[in-house]
Amino acid sequence: MFRTHYDLPLQRDVTGRFLPWIIALMVYLAILALAGSMVLSGMAQRWDRGLAGTLTIQVPPLPDGQPSLDARVESALGVLRATPGISRAEPLKSEQMAGLLEPWLGDGALSAGLPVPALIDVTMSGGRIDVRGLAQRLKAAVPGAEVDDHAAWLKDVLTIARAVETVALGVVALVGGAAVATVIFVSRAGLAIHGAVVELLHVMGAPDRYVARQFQSHVLGLAVRGGIAGTVLAAATLFGLTRASGEFSAGLMPDMSLTPLQFLSLAGVPLIAALLAAVTARLTVMRALARLP
Amino acid sequence: MIRFENVGMRYGTGPEVLRDVSFTLEPGTFHFLTGASGAGKSSLLRLMYLAHRPSRGLITMFGHDVASLKRAELPPLRRRIGVVFQDFQLLDHLSALDNVALPLRVAGAKEGQVREHVAELLSWVGLGDHLNDKPATLSGGQQQRVAIARAVITRPSLLLADEPTGNVDDRIGMRLLHLFEELNKLGTTIVIATHNEMMIERFGYARMVLDKGMLQHLPRNATATRIA
Repeated sequence: MFRTHYDLPLQRDVTGRFLPWIIALMVYLAILALAGSMVLSGMAQRWDRGLAGTLTIQVPPLPDGQPSLDARVESALGVLRATPGISRAEPLKSEQMAGLLEPWLGDGALSAGLPVPALIDVTMSGGRIDVRGLAQRLKAAVPGAEVDDHAAWLKDVLTIARAVETVALGVVALVGGAAVATVIFVSRAGLAIHGAVVELLHVMGAPDRYVARQFQSHVLGLAVRGGIAGTVLAAATLFGLTRASGEFSAGLMPDMSLTPLQFLSLAGVPLIAALLAAVTARLTVMRALARLP
Repeated sequence: MIRFENVGMRYGTGPEVLRDVSFTLEPGTFHFLTGASGAGKSSLLRLMYLAHRPSRGLITMFGHDVASLKRAELPPLRRRIGVVFQDFQLLDHLSALDNVALPLRVAGAKEGQVREHVAELLSWVGLGDHLNDKPATLSGGQQQRVAIARAVITRPSLLLADEPTGNVDDRIGMRLLHLFEELNKLGTTIVIATHNEMMIERFGYARMVLDKGMLQHLPRNATATRIA
């Protein structure tokens, strides 16, 4: 693919010298945008999967403490167990509650006597249940109890995740478009600079593809160099971000890791960029040469 | 066979630089093309090496009507034509050897054969010690010989040369003309554009004379004064 012999002195072109830098920057931005999109998409999917088929019942303590919170939780459990379609209803243990509150309120939030509501984790056995009816029955049996089916919250989160994903893919498209425009410019500049040599080769009977191949190989070489540099930079940035997110409180930060398949697809970005650059150079030159007699 | 019938040519929307040019070159013939500066010699050569389309008329090259050929069918025809340009048009970044090898590489010759062939020809034109020299380090005469070697390396069916002996001394000039004669004997049709009356008379081949874009023919051993 790489020619060692060029009839056209393309390596001397000043216009081509900045191409690897531009490709490096574009590959870097594209990888980061794609990685961000993948992380968000993964998070949204995990939330969606994790919360589907579950409900959370919130039972707040009454101001006068009568009946007790435990008694109210038992009443709620009674209603839940009597509801068809519910396979499991389990109150969160105090250690679990403490774990949930710790990132926000620190150690000992429960023992400080705060009026923290009890939470009941409910798993549905499949199919849909009448959440509104369940909420009404629970309210009747346990005043103040609320049912959270996560739908509203999850919908908002997924909408935001999709929007950010779309923006990230838009960035990738823009970056790709800018790379194509740059390669077109470099190829046209090369044709203008070496017009006399191109015409000489044409007169000698060189087919258009003979000339185009030299531009294509030259641009491919530059793009591969830029792509490798951009990938190394992006890998370093992702590594740094992953480490930084790991050092944050595990409870606050969602899982930002990528799967091996996702890493593999990110490694394809410089390859795609190089191929895109080479094909663009070839088509640009072929189109320009078609104007010769 | 090369045939021009009532060919006219203009650049863009400018005036016709060639008018009603008609001639036939049989295979293996040798011709001199003469005429004053601006008479249209270079334009006629450009038409003959298919670098330009005529604005009217019919051109037949090697039995093909050029106008009816698809663009992709022209490169094989061009590869049958060797051209020596007046300004040589050597590639400065390539060695003498690589310059001469260009037509072979364009034609897809194997790299192993290219070097051997080219070195042999360059030695024949007296540049055996300059194979790897860049054009800028060669004298005008040496550059001209590289240009000629490049034009004949593929043993073309038609050789077009624009003032090929302009920058060389008489001895080298004669040697180059003899090289063209050798090629001619092998079947190559030769057209040499030149002002060198002494050379024309010495070799005595048929003469095509361009005057203000119009072509006149003189038979072998004719002199230019006969058309005045």
